[in-house]
Amino acid sequence: MNRFAELLDRLVLTPSRNGKLTLLTDYFRSVEDPDRGLALAAITGDLNIAAVKPAMLRALVVERMDPVLFGYSYDYVGDLAETVSLVWPQPQGHIPNHVPTLGEVVGRLQAASRSDGPKVLARLLDDASISARFAIIKLVTGGLRIGVSARLAKQALAYLGQVDVAEIEELWHGLAPPYTELFAWLEGRAEKPRSAALALFRPVMLSNAVDDGDLEKLDPADYAAEWKWDGIRVQAVCEGGVRRLYSRTGDDVSGAFPDLAAAMNFEAALDGELLVGDPREATGTFSDLQQRLNRKSVSPKIQQQYPAFMRCYDALQIDGEDLRALPFAERRKRLQTFVETLDPSRFDLSPFVAFSEWKTLERLRQAPPHPIIEGVMLKRWNSPYLAGRPKGPWFKWKRDPHTIDAVLMYAQRGHGKRSSFYSDYTFGVWSGPEGSEELVPVGKAYFGFTDEELREIDKYVRDNTIERFGPVRSVRADRRNGLVLEVAFEGLNRSTRHKSGVAMRFPRISRLRWDKPAAEADRIETLQALLD
Amino acid sequence: MFKAMRASDLLKSRPEGLYCPPGDFFIDPVRPVERALITHGHSDHARSGHQSVLATQETLDIMGLRYGEDFAGTTQAAALGETLDINGVAVTFHPAGHVLGSAQICVEHRGMRIVASGDYKRQKDATCLPFEPVRCDVFITEATFGLPVFRHPPDHEEIARVLKSAAQFPERSHLIGAYALGKAQRVMRLLRDAGYDRPIYIHGALTKLSEYYQSQGIELGRLEPGTVESGAKADFAGAIVVGPPSAFADRWARRFPDPISCFASGWMRIRQRAKQGGVELPLIISDHADWDELIITIKETGAEEIWVTHGREEALVRWCELEGIAARPLHLVGYEDEGD
Repeated sequence: MNRFAELLDRLVLTPSRNGKLTLLTDYFRSVEDPDRGLALAAITGDLNIAAVKPAMLRALVVERMDPVLFGYSYDYVGDLAETVSLVWPQPQGHIPNHVPTLGEVVGRLQAASRSDGPKVLARLLDDASISARFAIIKLVTGGLRIGVSARLAKQALAYLGQVDVAEIEELWHGLAPPYTELFAWLEGRAEKPRSAALALFRPVMLSNAVDDGDLEKLDPADYAAEWKWDGIRVQAVCEGGVRRLYSRTGDDVSGAFPDLAAAMNFEAALDGELLVGDPREATGTFSDLQQRLNRKSVSPKIQQQYPAFMRCYDALQIDGEDLRALPFAERRKRLQTFVETLDPSRFDLSPFVAFSEWKTLERLRQAPPHPIIEGVMLKRWNSPYLAGRPKGPWFKWKRDPHTIDAVLMYAQRGHGKRSSFYSDYTFGVWSGPEGSEELVPVGKAYFGFTDEELREIDKYVRDNTIERFGPVRSVRADRRNGLVLEVAFEGLNRSTRHKSGVAMRFPRISRLRWDKPAAEADRIETLQALLD
Repeated sequence: MFKAMRASDLLKSRPEGLYCPPGDFFIDPVRPVERALITHGHSDHARSGHQSVLATQETLDIMGLRYGEDFAGTTQAAALGETLDINGVAVTFHPAGHVLGSAQICVEHRGMRIVASGDYKRQKDATCLPFEPVRCDVFITEATFGLPVFRHPPDHEEIARVLKSAAQFPERSHLIGAYALGKAQRVMRLLRDAGYDRPIYIHGALTKLSEYYQSQGIELGRLEPGTVESGAKADFAGAIVVGPPSAFADRWARRFPDPISCFASGWMRIRQRAKQGGVELPLIISDHADWDELIITIKETGAEEIWVTHGREEALVRWCELEGIAARPLHLVGYEDEGD
């Protein structure tokens, strides 16, 4: 238990992806079964433990200590799980002679009935160290929130076994905690687990961005072009009555899209883009799509207003036949025939974009016919469906990003290599009537600049600080003073969380405009005009 | 019949600090005074400019290092356990276990004994003498970590985490933020006690005090300046560097390869504190008493009354109430609430 607790403590405070991977890989390497598998399940959200409500936790602790002292403590710390882990009084004369393992903790929690759950929890907390108490409370209150995605955990497993993460994603849904056979395979002690489970995820084929000079070497006749839709890449798999809708990293997202899942009455594995609207009439914008994202449950009203559908790109399997080795041209023909048999309000075919020269396509890419198109895709006619991101068969050729001139408002210190640099920048644009303009923050970016530019901005921040709040500095920014940043971004969403009412997608610093006076930076109206 | 004097007539708070009217002296005054008794060398307790200063030899030495030899008009060294008479008031210094030279000051007059403990801790510390509980009528305690959430783990466990991390990330450097007096040397000593025998790189602000500790027989092993001149960036791969916390936000830190920032402080018990400060590896190593130490110390002194100085006094006062011990906050100003 202590090693799991220590892992959580480190992960929470480790910002870099590589740092997290090292911590995870070391943990999986050094901890034995079944503990490491249970830890993995806790991180990926696949561990099933009856939840304990925060009110119950609070009741348990004030039975054991003065409520006033608990109140002072909770006020100071601000987080219930952490406060309880710290103040939990060990019973008089109680010296635990055995630190329970993660396996024992999970076993006892899973075996507890609803009524004796709190008692079991209290006993576990009595026996645990402070860090372990925190970990136990996190397990029972649900949601570790340690900044580690299931995908990252799988990447750590891939490092452990020196295999491609795609192999793990493909296996994943056929496995269950504590994943003993998976670890045995990764450590070379057993064959790769074979799963009898149905409707498994197939690793997705991804594309490379078109670089300067790439196209000159390629013959347009070898490639098909399609629009690049900016929805959610999904894989719809139906097998023997099991239906699953996967994200491109293999997470099962069927629950969030019950309307689409209900229409998946076929035997196939299809690759495509999840969008909203009715494909026969109109495709919804990104703002429409947002209504369906990040929701735990979807009301019938929302489902009706923003129906989900799938725009199909490829067929991986149809009626039990694996098509992945066939050339794209052949798969596409099969896909076309197959999609015609499906519910037309839920499935359609991604149309080809006709072209004979790269120049024609270049024009189309810059002026796509719909706001949710972010460029074009190129697919070589003879390419098989390959997992991962092979160089050559598929390209994405995106429309140029939007740019805006904004003024630097706040700078925050970075982490790791950048811990002594002010490297995360909040920037704003002007709003308000002429003569009393104010800057309103519109986004935050922490890359896009060179190391040399970082040093220059850092110096600027230090020389122009007007206030400090912990690691954040507020930088002088008014009509006469301020550093103008050219910010590139992919799109704009409406946002109720930001004062400006907009949220940028994928913002980054594209240029430093030392030459441009702050007063000439853009106004909020320029951004508002981009909202669809 | 002999009548014991009231505690509040023996020591009382004044804007300058804690004052003893019959002895006509101050303890840890925050402004220049005629006669000052000083518990330890941290700058919020030990200030320059007093007419005369009475403190342990180590504290006097440390003040000299920090402020220059003429930091006070006259100085007098107090030997631990030896009672001095100041205008009829009996004064004795006892070890406080906080930093090298730190002492509690016991003040006794006409049957009333008050112990002003300054800052103290109960955890073992190889760089200073351990705290010695003194029976008294009134015990004046700090409350820097006066909340039940503050529970300091054994320091060797914390140091073990740095060494584990250094093994896990051999290509990176570990920067440990630690206050220049006391904490920094304790951290170095803990590293040595854990078997770490590579050179420890230190920030320039630690040099004088660390050399002083070594001159007092506290082994810190090989210390080297953490400067670019002493090596190229790659030479610091896997290095452990100790410096004052403020230095890590500074450009000084750029010379180290992809540093993992560590901070040795009791405040690191609270995750949010670590997160806000950008600390990746918090080390809960404190030179102040945690909640359990405060409580056990109050009990051991047998004091009938507790005065609580700087820190989170309300929780400690509440605990005393529940235990039936009279307690009140002293509201002294000028001591850093945040220092550890």
